[in-house]
Amino acid sequence: MTNSRDVWVFGDYRNYFQNRVTLQLLARGRELAQAQEGELCAVVIGHDLQQWVDEYVAHGADRVLALDHPSLTAYQGETYTSLLVDLARERKPAVILVGATSFGRELAARAAKRLGTGLTADCVDLRLDDQGRLVQTAPGFGGNLLAEIVIPRHWPQMATVRPGTFQELPHDYERQAPVEWLPLPAGLKPERVRLVKSERLAPREQALETAGVVVCGGRGMGSKKKFRNLVELARLLGGQVAATRPVVYARWCEEGALVGQAGRQIKPQVLFSFGVSGAIQHTAGIGGAPFIVAVNKNPGAVMMQMADVGLVADANQACLALIRELKKRLRS
Amino acid sequence: MHIVVCLKQVPMVSELPWDPRTGRLMRGQAEGMMNPACKHALEAALRLKEEHGGSLTALCMGPPEAEEVLREALALGADEAVLLCDPRLAGADTLATSHTLARAIQAVAPDFDLALLGCTTTDSETGQVGPQLAEELDLPAAFNVEHLELTGRALTVRRVYDGFLETLEMDLPALLTITTQEFAPRETPLGGLERAFAQASVRVMDAEAIGASLDRVGDKGSAGRMLRVYSPTAQKKCVLLTGAVKKSVQELFERYGDRLGGLIGQDLASEEEGHDQ
Ligand SMILES: Cc1cc2nc3c(=O)[nH]c(=O)nc-3n(C[C@H](O)[C@H](O)[C@H](O)COP(=O)(O)OP(=O)(O)OC[C@H]3O[C@@H](n4cnc5c(N)ncnc54)[C@H](O)[C@@H]3O)c2cc1C
Ligand SMILES: Nc1ncnc2c1ncn2[C@@H]1O[C@H](COP(=O)(O)O)[C@@H](O)[C@H]1O
Repeated sequence: MTNSRDVWVFGDYRNYFQNRVTLQLLARGRELAQAQEGELCAVVIGHDLQQWVDEYVAHGADRVLALDHPSLTAYQGETYTSLLVDLARERKPAVILVGATSFGRELAARAAKRLGTGLTADCVDLRLDDQGRLVQTAPGFGGNLLAEIVIPRHWPQMATVRPGTFQELPHDYERQAPVEWLPLPAGLKPERVRLVKSERLAPREQALETAGVVVCGGRGMGSKKKFRNLVELARLLGGQVAATRPVVYARWCEEGALVGQAGRQIKPQVLFSFGVSGAIQHTAGIGGAPFIVAVNKNPGAVMMQMADVGLVADANQACLALIRELKKRLRS
Repeated sequence: MHIVVCLKQVPMVSELPWDPRTGRLMRGQAEGMMNPACKHALEAALRLKEEHGGSLTALCMGPPEAEEVLREALALGADEAVLLCDPRLAGADTLATSHTLARAIQAVAPDFDLALLGCTTTDSETGQVGPQLAEELDLPAAFNVEHLELTGRALTVRRVYDGFLETLEMDLPALLTITTQEFAPRETPLGGLERAFAQASVRVMDAEAIGASLDRVGDKGSAGRMLRVYSPTAQKKCVLLTGAVKKSVQELFERYGDRLGGLIGQDLASEEEGHDQ
């Protein structure tokens, strides 16, 4: 086989979290590439890419492949897939990592299909085993189980990773790396899906499903009036408010905030959970949030066991204390 | 207008027992239900059918018990239901699943105008089947759709994608995946359910019947291999902060301010200092 040992990271730069996940993937990709003596290569497609190219070199890319053209200004599933797949066939990277953003998920799934290879979604860990295979750890069943997966007989090994999973490397703008500016290939098929309108949403208007921070209240919040304090906390964190079923039934908040099997499926980066017991019908909807802070009077509540940090406290008092502390820290 | 909806049956609860030796989930031990996003996709299909007429085919790959979700679809108004049931189809990853669904659609509904799927499933949560099916069927497609409008053969859809509200247009035939945001599913009529269970109207097909190549379906056609499965809750070590609330909250920021700040994109690590003089 003539496959290289290179690790590719797709350069998703559309807004804050998309850009961060690319940098986070470069950090982990670098470890993987070094472990098998390959190159870490960032592949970026779009328009006006210089600043992203510089960013990727500063964050550890050994090489950047950049396809910069005015016709590529808007993200387009069919076109970007063709470009990525053609490049991969030509250069044969061992691994392709893509951020698990909305577009990244689409692009990775399409590319894996065209390349006829495996793709593991939402990996929470990536490492190489002693045979040099990429071992991908991914959650299933609402984050209740983790599976280790390898792609032993197909090429390339592909994975998506959610923002916040890995830590980015400190930047070094003195760093140098070769950058290849590639021409738009001839004979590209026109995109069949036309983008008519695109508006950037203010973070607060974003749907619960796509919110990076979710503040969730359960029966333990105590009353409708106290539940309202969560709205203030969510506002300070730039997040959204969610609720469990008893809260919705008691009309402390609107029905659309229900999270779980009967409600919405969320995938926040950070989940704050107040007075929630952690029934599976509820936790089935919270994905495998990378960071969970739970507040409960009962340290043995399942929600506390699922959390990274558990505050054993009154839910409402903890909410008020968090609001005060955040106001201090966000003042500057 | 001929709409195909792909429905998956998923376990009712999220915590399934699994066999630690084989790493396989014991799916047989849990009751099944229609995957939530699939329910919304079915609702979108029913509304389109009500508005524009035509027929609706529901398709599901799964074990014999998965017939239940197809009966539910029939009770709600699907015209035809097809269960792809064959031990050789089991253990499929998204590569194999999308191949199987594509062959099935071509076999039972070659004249289809629109394929609707859920955006993700609660058991595998990959969200990959939609994009991969669009690739295999070579269709214009949009994912995570919340709103749609059909005028003649032109489809206009709206979706939230990475913090952008996007409006997209394409011509039929096309493929969409639907989120759980809109298209709140209607109640299943009781009489309809009884009728749907009484009449044996679910067509069962195997790999040969849909013309799938056996080396591209099921476990054999899958690229991923599971090494092991384990429970993260047993592994996640919760740090408990007890004592006065104010102190616990301060400790939270002191120890995790960096991590939290990084995840929410704000600097939280340091309390404002140096301005008291
Ligand atoms: C078919 C089905 C579907 C369902 N779907 C959903 C769903 O989609 N979403 C959903 O949320 N639920 C759903 N449920 C309900 C679910 O089973 C639970 O009943 C629900 O999630 C419990 O909500 P809770 O944690 O707020 O309340 P509880 O279980 O009552 O827990 C309250 C928690 O707050 C703590 N507490 C009490 N007082 C305080 C205080 N002062 N300070 C701090 N902590 C305190 C308690 O220790 C306890 O842990 C479903 C149930 C069924 C049967
Ligand atoms: N076994 C299956 N049978 C029918 N449809 C399926 C099956 N698996 C996945 N799908 C469809 O693909 C969507 C996304 O699934 P997934 O990519 O697995 O999260 C589901 O909502 C279904 O519409």
